[in-house]
Order: sequence, then C-alpha cells, then structure tokens
Amino acid sequence: MEEIYAKFVSQKISKTRWRPVPPGSLQTAETFATGSWDNEENYVSLWSIGDFGNVDSDGGFEGEHQLLCDIKHHGDVMDLQFFDQERIVAASSTGCVTVFLHHPNNQTLSVSQQWTTAHYHTGPGSPSRSSAPCTGVVCDNPEIVTVGEDGRINLFRADHKEAVRTIDNADSSTLHAVTFLRTPEILTVNSIGQLKIWDFRKQGNEPSQILSLTGDRVPLHCVDRHPNQQHVVATGGQDGMLSIWDVRQGTMPVSLLKAHEAEMWEVHFHPSNPDHLFTCSEDGSLWHWDASTDAPEKSSLFNQGGRSSTFLSHSISNQANVHQSLISSWLSTDPAKDRIEITSLLPSRTLSVNSLDVLGPCLVCGTDAEAIYVTRQLFS
Amino acid sequence: MEELDGEPTVTLIPGVNSKKKQMCFDWGPGEMLVCETSFNKKEKSETVPGCPFIYIIRKDIDVYSQILRKLFNESHGIFVGLQRIEEELTGKSRKAQLVRVSKNYRSVIRACMEEMHQAAIAAKDPASGRQFSSQVSILSAMELIWNLCEILFIEVAPAGPLLLHLLDWVRLHVCEVDSLLADVLGSENPSKHESFWNLPGNTQTLTELELKWQHWHEECERHLQDGTFASSPRLESLCKIMLGDEAALLEQKELLNNWYHFLVTRLLYSHPTVKPIDLHFYAQSSLDLFLGGESSPEPLDNILMAAFEFDIHQVIKECSIALSNWWFVAHLTDLLDHCKLLQSHNLYFGSNMREFLLLEYASGLFAHHSLWQLGVDYFDYCPELGRVSLELHIERIPLSTEQKALKVLRICEQRQMTEQVRSICKILAMKAVRNNRLGSALSWSIRAKDAAFATLVSDRFLRDYCERGCFSDLDLIDNLGPAMMLSDRLTFLGKYREFHRFYGEKRFFDAASLLLSLMTSQIAPRCFWVTLLTDALPLLEQKQVIFTTEQTYELMRCLEDLASGRPVRGEPGAQRLQEDIENTKLEMLRLALARNLARAIIKEGSLEGS
Repeated sequence: MEEIYAKFVSQKISKTRWRPVPPGSLQTAETFATGSWDNEENYVSLWSIGDFGNVDSDGGFEGEHQLLCDIKHHGDVMDLQFFDQERIVAASSTGCVTVFLHHPNNQTLSVSQQWTTAHYHTGPGSPSRSSAPCTGVVCDNPEIVTVGEDGRINLFRADHKEAVRTIDNADSSTLHAVTFLRTPEILTVNSIGQLKIWDFRKQGNEPSQILSLTGDRVPLHCVDRHPNQQHVVATGGQDGMLSIWDVRQGTMPVSLLKAHEAEMWEVHFHPSNPDHLFTCSEDGSLWHWDASTDAPEKSSLFNQGGRSSTFLSHSISNQANVHQSLISSWLSTDPAKDRIEITSLLPSRTLSVNSLDVLGPCLVCGTDAEAIYVTRQLFS
Repeated sequence: MEELDGEPTVTLIPGVNSKKKQMCFDWGPGEMLVCETSFNKKEKSETVPGCPFIYIIRKDIDVYSQILRKLFNESHGIFVGLQRIEEELTGKSRKAQLVRVSKNYRSVIRACMEEMHQAAIAAKDPASGRQFSSQVSILSAMELIWNLCEILFIEVAPAGPLLLHLLDWVRLHVCEVDSLLADVLGSENPSKHESFWNLPGNTQTLTELELKWQHWHEECERHLQDGTFASSPRLESLCKIMLGDEAALLEQKELLNNWYHFLVTRLLYSHPTVKPIDLHFYAQSSLDLFLGGESSPEPLDNILMAAFEFDIHQVIKECSIALSNWWFVAHLTDLLDHCKLLQSHNLYFGSNMREFLLLEYASGLFAHHSLWQLGVDYFDYCPELGRVSLELHIERIPLSTEQKALKVLRICEQRQMTEQVRSICKILAMKAVRNNRLGSALSWSIRAKDAAFATLVSDRFLRDYCERGCFSDLDLIDNLGPAMMLSDRLTFLGKYREFHRFYGEKRFFDAASLLLSLMTSQIAPRCFWVTLLTDALPLLEQKQVIFTTEQTYELMRCLEDLASGRPVRGEPGAQRLQEDIENTKLEMLRLALARNLARAIIKEGSLEGS
C-alpha cells in the first residue's frame, strides 16, 4: 500500500462511498460521495480523483481529490448509498430520507425525492410525533430499505411517494445498520447485540430469524454481507470486536476476532476480492484484514508509513457444524493453517475514522479530524 | 487594567430597540447573550412592543472560517504528536526534532495562507475579497513571528549561523510579496557572502570568519576612498551599502519594506557575526532609524522587538492582545515550554502560562458546534485543570443522535469519568423511555451499569404486561443474557418470561419449580405476587400432580403472607369491587392449593409416588 493522500476539508466526514462503475466496464473508481455531520450546515458532496497533470488550476497537488459539487443537507448525514450512477440516497438525523440526483453536464446536485417522516418516535399515549434519526440505508434498485433509532424498518421504492412496506416497532432498541441478504431478505443489527433477518414476502412484524452473541449483549454497529456467499455476514461491535456469522448455521457467530479498541463503525468485504476485509473504528485506525491463503509473499517487511503486519490466529466459537466443503476462508476452522494478516492503513493515529469504502484497488475513508484519505494502490 | 488602544467597535443588534429599551447581557465561554429588558430607557411609560428574541453574539469569527478550520485540525495533529513523543526527546536529537515540529506548524500556516490567498483572488465581491486578504496578512504576520521565535528560541542559532537564518527569514517574508524588489537587493548578496561563508559544513570558526570579513570590509573601504567607483554614482552607493553605511541604506528605503529588512541588511554588511544578545541594540536602532520619527511602531513591530530582546513573556503577551484567537499563543507557548524555556523565566504564574493558554484555546473549541472533539485532546495535556474542565464541558455537549452520544461516552470512558458516563446514559435512557424505546433504555442502563434505571425499565415492562396481559418486546426480554444480573427486577423479568416459555413448551415441572423459586427468593415485587399465584392456578389444575407437598406448603405460606399483609386503603366504592375480586381469587387459590395438597400427599404416600 504505497501512497495515501490526505486532504483536510473543513467538515467532519460521517460517510464516504465510491460511485459504482458500470458493470462490465474496465474503469476504476473515479468519483466518491461524502456526507458530513455535526455542522450547522451539513453537505453531501461529490469528489473526483481523476489525474490532473502536475498542478491543477487550484494549486492542488497531483492525485489529490477535488470537489465537484455539493448540496446542503438538513441534519447529520447518518448513512449514504449510491442508488445508481446518478442518484445518491442519504439518511438524515432528522428522520428524513433524501434521494439526490447528480447532473454531470453542469456538475450540480439536486433533490430528486424525499421522504421526510420516514422515522419518528411516538410517545406513550400521545399522538404527537418527534423525529428520530434514520441510522442506516441500503439500496437495491428499485428498492430502498431504511432503519432508524425508532426501531422501524421502511421499504421504499424510487418514485413512490409512500413507503411500500413499514414494519413498526421491529425492534425495541435502535437499529444501527441493514444489509440485503438475498432479496427480499434483509438483515439488521441493533444495540442489544442481535442480528435479525426479515423476509418481506412474509406478512407480520416478526423477524424470520434472530441471531445473537453469547455473553454480553454488546451493541452491533455495522454489518456487511460476503459478496459471493450470501450466508456469510460480518459485524462490528461497540467493543471493537469483529464477528463472522453463518446465518444458515445456528444462532451464534462462527468467529470472534478481537480488533479495535473502540467502536467499529464500518466493516466492508472487498467486492471483487472477498478474502480481504476492511474495518474502521472510533480509535482512529483503519485495518485491512487479509485472509487470502498465499501467505508467504504477504509477509512483507515494509517499514514505511506505519504499516505493521501481525499474524493473528482467530478464536473460534461454536464450530460444531461447519462442513469441510465450505470454501470461505472466513469460516474455516483450522487456526494453524489459516492466519489473517492485519495491516493498519493510516499513517498516524487520528480522531475517529467514521467511514470507508473500497472499489477495485481504491480505498477512501473519512475522519472526525475533518480529513479524507484516498489511496489508489491497495494491493501493491 | 490595560488602556484601550482605540475606540471600541459598536455592533448593532437587529430588532433590539436600543434607543427606547435597556438591554441586558451575560458572558459565556466564547459568546455573549443579549436581549431586551422591559425597562424603558427614558422615564416615559410607553408600551413599545419588545423584541422577543435572545441573541447570541460571538466575538471570535476566526473559528468559523472554513479555511481556518483546516489550520485547527492539522495543528491539532501536530500538537498531539508533540505531546506523545515528549518522552522520546533526548539529547542532541531533541533540538532537531523540536525544530522539525516548529517547521511543521509553520508549513500548516503557510498552506492556510496560500489557500486564503486563492480564495481572495477568486472572491466574487470586493468586501469578502478584502476580508480574505486581511486574514492572509494576519496569517503572514503570525508566520513571521513564529519563524523569528524558531530562529531565536528553538534553533538557538549562535553568532554566525544566526545571520544566515535571519537572512532566510527576511528573504522568505519580504521576497514573497514582491520578487522584483528582491532581485535588486538580493542578487548582489549571494555572490559576495555565500562563497564567503562556505555554507556546507561551515568548518571555519567564528574568529576565522571575522578576520576574513574584516579583510574584505577594509578592501571595500579602500575602494571607496580611492574613488574607484566615482564614475558611477550607482556603483558608489552600492559600495557604501556594502560597507554598511546607514545613510546609503536608508536612501533605498522604498526597496526595504520594513525595518527588520533594514536591520538584517545592516547586519549583513556591518556586523555579520552578530551575537544573539547584541541583536536588540541593532534592532532598536534600526527601528528608530527606519521610522525616522514619522510613525509609531505597530503591534507587530513591538512583538518582533520583544523577540529580539529575548523577552518571551512579552512576545506572548503582545501576541495575545493583538490576535483575536488563542490558537497562535497556545501552540507557540506549548512548543516553547517543550524547549524548557518558560521555566527559566521568572513569571509569577510560572509554567502555568502554558496551561492557561491551552485551557483558553480548548474552551473556545468547545464553544464550537463541531470542533469540540479537538478540544478534548488539549484538555488531556493540561495536568492541573484539564480534567476538571473536560468534565464540565463534556456534559454540556448537545446529543442529537445516538452516534454522537456514543462518541462522547467513549471519550468519558477512556478517561474513567464514570460520573459523566452515568449522567449521560441516564439522560439518554430517560429519553428512550419517553419515546417508548424500552430496549434502548435498557441498553443505556447496561452501559452505565445503572441498576436503578434497569429496575425502572423492568417495572415498565411488568406494568405493560399487567395492563395488556402479554409481553411487548419479547426479543429483548428473551435475550437478556448476562445483563439480567444487573438488577433484581430485571432478573425477575427475565425469569418470569422464562416461566412463560416453559409453560408454553409444556415443561410443567420446570415451570413449577421456577415459579416457586421466584416467589421464595424475594426478587418478585410484592404487587406481583397475586399474578404469580394466579399463574400457578393452571399448573394446579393439571391432571397430573405437579407441585409436591413441600412446594404446596410453600405456596400456601406465600398466599397467607400475601392475604395478611394487604393494607386497607380508603375509597370504599371501587376499592370494594377490587377487594371482592381479590378475595375471589384468594378463595380459588386456597381451594386449588388444598386440592393439590391432597393429591400430592396421596401420590407421595402411595407406592408409585416418590
């Protein structure tokens, strides 16, 4: 991992997301979106990392990311997803879900659609509503699923004014994140350490399955599904622990890996190289987990920029029913054979890294120190 | 009390009728609250409609400038890095490391200046363009002062290299403004002095240099007196300049932007081996000569003069007055403190000046809606009052989302501020209860290890159960895990739910013993005993005998305890109905228990029973 560019952007970044490249194209990632938080005026912004010769018109340096356009966003940006090439969905702390449209010809963003009361609290016995933050959003064209602090799950469809389906009080605690398992199933994580699987084909407000950690009910903050194996899911918790789950097998995680010293905010499997996993945390670090089995070459001796490699044998819990036929290295049970190499990607400790995204050889992350880091050489 | 340097500026508050009404105000950490009172200024009792608003007035606009935010964030990183490597700084490398840190700070200031300059050029209206330009000059002045402090206090350049550093300093700051001017004066210098000083390595001693320079100086003087340059007045004045002739230098005043440029040029030609302690003599005279009595020194001039006099305290004091933000003095003082310079000065509040400035700066950061996170680290490195200040500030941060609350809690937990953790969790738990998010409320009380609140949440659940006859949020109660132990009421809730589950799965014996243990172990709240006993009824009515004689005796004892202990309350009407119902239930229970006892005795007495 050679060069990582940092740029201070005068806003605390809560979310960063790469714009997806058209399927089948050979392009690499070029544009990413960010959302800010904790400002009096928050923005959703689009940035470009295209090559700019030596010094561009603004005096910026080659390779540094440049702002393309931005638009005001009411409330903190709690989550951000690209709906398609031009549309971005943003979840707000005011309980509003907004779809922004990017106009490439004049480089502007505009509001395409908005559901303003997607998430709200109702007090006991009182008809009045107060807004509740929307904490997570996930898209699968044309559907958008949102979850919030009100424990509600909404299913929206682009261009439909009302929610297609709403599950009220799906959870008695806060839902922190959501991901698609295989449509129409979704998986949510909450602040009492449970994973719940919901099937939209079924009526009723009950989850089809509940999984939870043994021991302390540590809140789970993030979740991501393995790109190829739809039953493998990774979650990150408030204690910085990374858990790998197999949702077909039992109700407990397959592996628990001691990772960060504070809340893990995001976990991502690499979309095309799923043996690689990335996590970022409140403790100011971003880790690259490499579970690919060509280990000898990877035992690198680089000393530059804070890259440190450690080998960690993972602790297994409840390995009773794991079959030999599973090919995923994340679920494998042989600690002697499988070592995961962990690398810290940021050059120095900073304030919390709130978000990261990976696409191809590119990685982008945003921090509370108001900086965005981009690298285009993840696997050098 | 300091005298005012000028007239205080007047700020008009929109909507407030200051002519007719009296205003009142109150100071905050970085802001002021102002509003109209209902007192009229003059004695007329006119009922003028008052302004209903309270205004927040901020004096520190720097904090809100987008570009300056980068300065704050980047310098925060350098500050924290400096504190962290403090233990590793030893010996010779210490000075080099500190100089590097100083250069880092300066490069951050320069980057900020550059960006502000670009913004000034690109500004759409002249007013904001002027504002940006004035910010640029403030930053430029800051970098000028910092650079000089670096040379004199951190680098501690001895005689010889001192002048080189000063030359660089001047060249950097004067020449950037107008490179054309620099060429005229600057180009003559390199050929003469670079080869002279033999820059790399510099193996010559000071005395050798002095001798050489003396020799060269005499040669110049000889040329002048011989009239070698008599044919060209320009060359002649050039020669005079090179001899350090003050009058000749002053003739070129337009080319010298300021007195310190004049000073360094003078020193170059007349006293190149100047010692640091002698600097202030030349500085003072240069200032006087340059200003020539026409204008008085500006604040910047006073600061630089104080630096030349090696009066660090005065430098910091003047900077604090002149600059509107604590950023500069806080970071510079901290760096100088690491150079162990502040202890040697007899300040009456000693080394606490560093802490005072850092506290002021950090408090200012906490007044900002977003930069408060930076302030935390500054408080961490104030040994005396940092922790207390942080405790006070952190509780007052508005928590609009759970994610922000989690960050604040993490900060508190990392510093073992258990009181703050408890109070923040309690606020969040109360909010959750009000919004009917009982699961969230429970998760906050678990985080704070707040048994009392866990009891409150459990009571809510139990009340809901009594009202509705079924549990809400089963996903939570069924999965409490070890958190159940946090409070007795919570344990009871979990176990009670377990009892229901056993009954649902037709595990009657387990259900029975659990029910009994719930009653006998005293964790069941008294008001719930009737419900528990009533729950025992279906078990008592089963075909098979579930409760043993022992258990039945226990149940009967509980029942009698309950019946005898019930207080008589007022309100005859509805209360009597309630009592009737209660009495009926008790009768039914007594009957069922008696029947069960009979069956149990028979069962245990007979051969198959056990």
